[in-house]
Amino acid sequence: MTTNKQGTIEKIFVHQKEIIDEWLHEQFAALSARQDLISELDLRRQSTEFLALFTPACSTDNLTDITQSEWKPVLDFLGSVSRSRAIQGFSPSETATFVFSLKQPLFARLRQEVGADAVLLANELWNTTVLIDKLGLYTTEVYQKSREEIIKHQQAEMLELSTPVVKLWEGILAVPLIGTLDSVRTQVVMENLLQSIVDTGSSFAIVDITGVPTVDTMVAQHLLKTVSAAKLMGANCIISGIRPQIAESMVHLGLEFSDVVTKATLADALVYALRQMGFVINKPA
Amino acid sequence: MDHIPIIKVGEFLLVSIQVDMHDRLAMRLQDDLTTQLIKTRAQGVLIDISSLDIVDSFIGRMIGNIASMMSILGAETVVVGMRPAVAITIVELGLSLSNVRTALNVDKGIGLLRVLVNSIGNEGSRHDNYQK
Amino acid sequence: MTIIKSEVLPLFTDDDLVKVRQAVRAWMIEQEFSLVTQTKMVTASSELGRNMVVYGGGGCARLECLNDFDRRGIRVIFEDQGPGIADISQALTDGFTTGDGLGLGLGLGGAKRLVNDFEIWSEPGHGTRVTITMWK
Repeated sequence: MTTNKQGTIEKIFVHQKEIIDEWLHEQFAALSARQDLISELDLRRQSTEFLALFTPACSTDNLTDITQSEWKPVLDFLGSVSRSRAIQGFSPSETATFVFSLKQPLFARLRQEVGADAVLLANELWNTTVLIDKLGLYTTEVYQKSREEIIKHQQAEMLELSTPVVKLWEGILAVPLIGTLDSVRTQVVMENLLQSIVDTGSSFAIVDITGVPTVDTMVAQHLLKTVSAAKLMGANCIISGIRPQIAESMVHLGLEFSDVVTKATLADALVYALRQMGFVINKPA
Repeated sequence: MDHIPIIKVGEFLLVSIQVDMHDRLAMRLQDDLTTQLIKTRAQGVLIDISSLDIVDSFIGRMIGNIASMMSILGAETVVVGMRPAVAITIVELGLSLSNVRTALNVDKGIGLLRVLVNSIGNEGSRHDNYQK
Repeated sequence: MTIIKSEVLPLFTDDDLVKVRQAVRAWMIEQEFSLVTQTKMVTASSELGRNMVVYGGGGCARLECLNDFDRRGIRVIFEDQGPGIADISQALTDGFTTGDGLGLGLGLGGAKRLVNDFEIWSEPGHGTRVTITMWK
């Protein structure tokens, strides 16, 4: 920082205790409704720890570029605070308040320290504002990223939930697919199915698409690839529940299903698999 | 390792590929297998690839070649234990391996070999008598 | 887009090819790519690496870890000073092979299908450079 009369901002940290108290006061005012999410003790611990990292970073000459190494501990700590708040359910502004509310106590100290020199005071205030704003924006960035990770994680969990592989008989698995299939979901289903084949040592796998409204070229190709992959692994894959409209559109798309065993219903597919395994189905007289 | 070991179990030869194969090793396996097959008069060959984390077109071609050579020499070949990720990749790559018989694991592979060898033995009754 | 780290490996023999495959696998694992994606990338690298050893007279493989906004990627660049490829679109066709048919002629086209990005540059008499990238 060019105009940093060596040590002005440094000097104010002598009043560490007052700054913390005032800062906490500001935070409580802003977070009054959030006492359920974070205790006073935790907030005090976080604030003290932050100041312990913030003070030495401020005493370096660099108050402008927070990407430099001297600011790394501060950013790391802010990142972890931000992440934990994103997970706890704080709003973005509540999370950013942690840093932004530090402005008031810092400004108050600066005024006390250099209040007599109007030009210097203006300079110091400006520099501090820019610095705190940068840290605040960083907090928001991490918050945003953490939320995105949470969403991704939940999407992945939903994918798992929406594609159960069920065992119909010793050696026969089935995946009833329901809803629209996109490329990603189809891929997840297929990988799960193939892994289940290995885990259970099943020779037959039935993919039932009764509940699938439309099948486009991509999805059909994924289905065909799964059948081929299952065959390479030594299992037989049967596709059941192809509705007339889907059969029609498949033909129009020019998809070759000749190598694949297809059955009208899941029941037909099960009977086919049982017969292939050598079972005879009888109704006792 | 200079050679991939070939074990004789009953009337079958068993090969378990355990290493990240370089190409020379793969070529040598083809030669060793034909030599062993003639020497032991085995009826079938079981290749366990459950330890292989990739099968590229070279290894794929080698497996296909082994199957063809064994078939010329009157023996059946079954490849077992292909991992799901490997199978998906092979399909995407465009390898068909259409002349290769497969089974999920060594147990099922031996079972399939028995069926295949027996059905050749009783010429004329070559139905799919896939008994459980 | 920034390159986070890179490494160059020699690629002249089939032992080198094994090492390149292992390195690609290790980098993919480090970036937490899914097992299927890892397998596809390693297989594509194996195809291209073998092409280079057999037809290009050997060269090098350059591994790079990329950061592009919020996504991570692994890029592998295969470069040789071999005879080059005269007709690239023909070389990308399945079943095409010039040599003694060492693979199944799936090398280039197959590798292209396995990865997210595929780029090829070649000049007859000067060499070939193939770049493959997998994004997360």
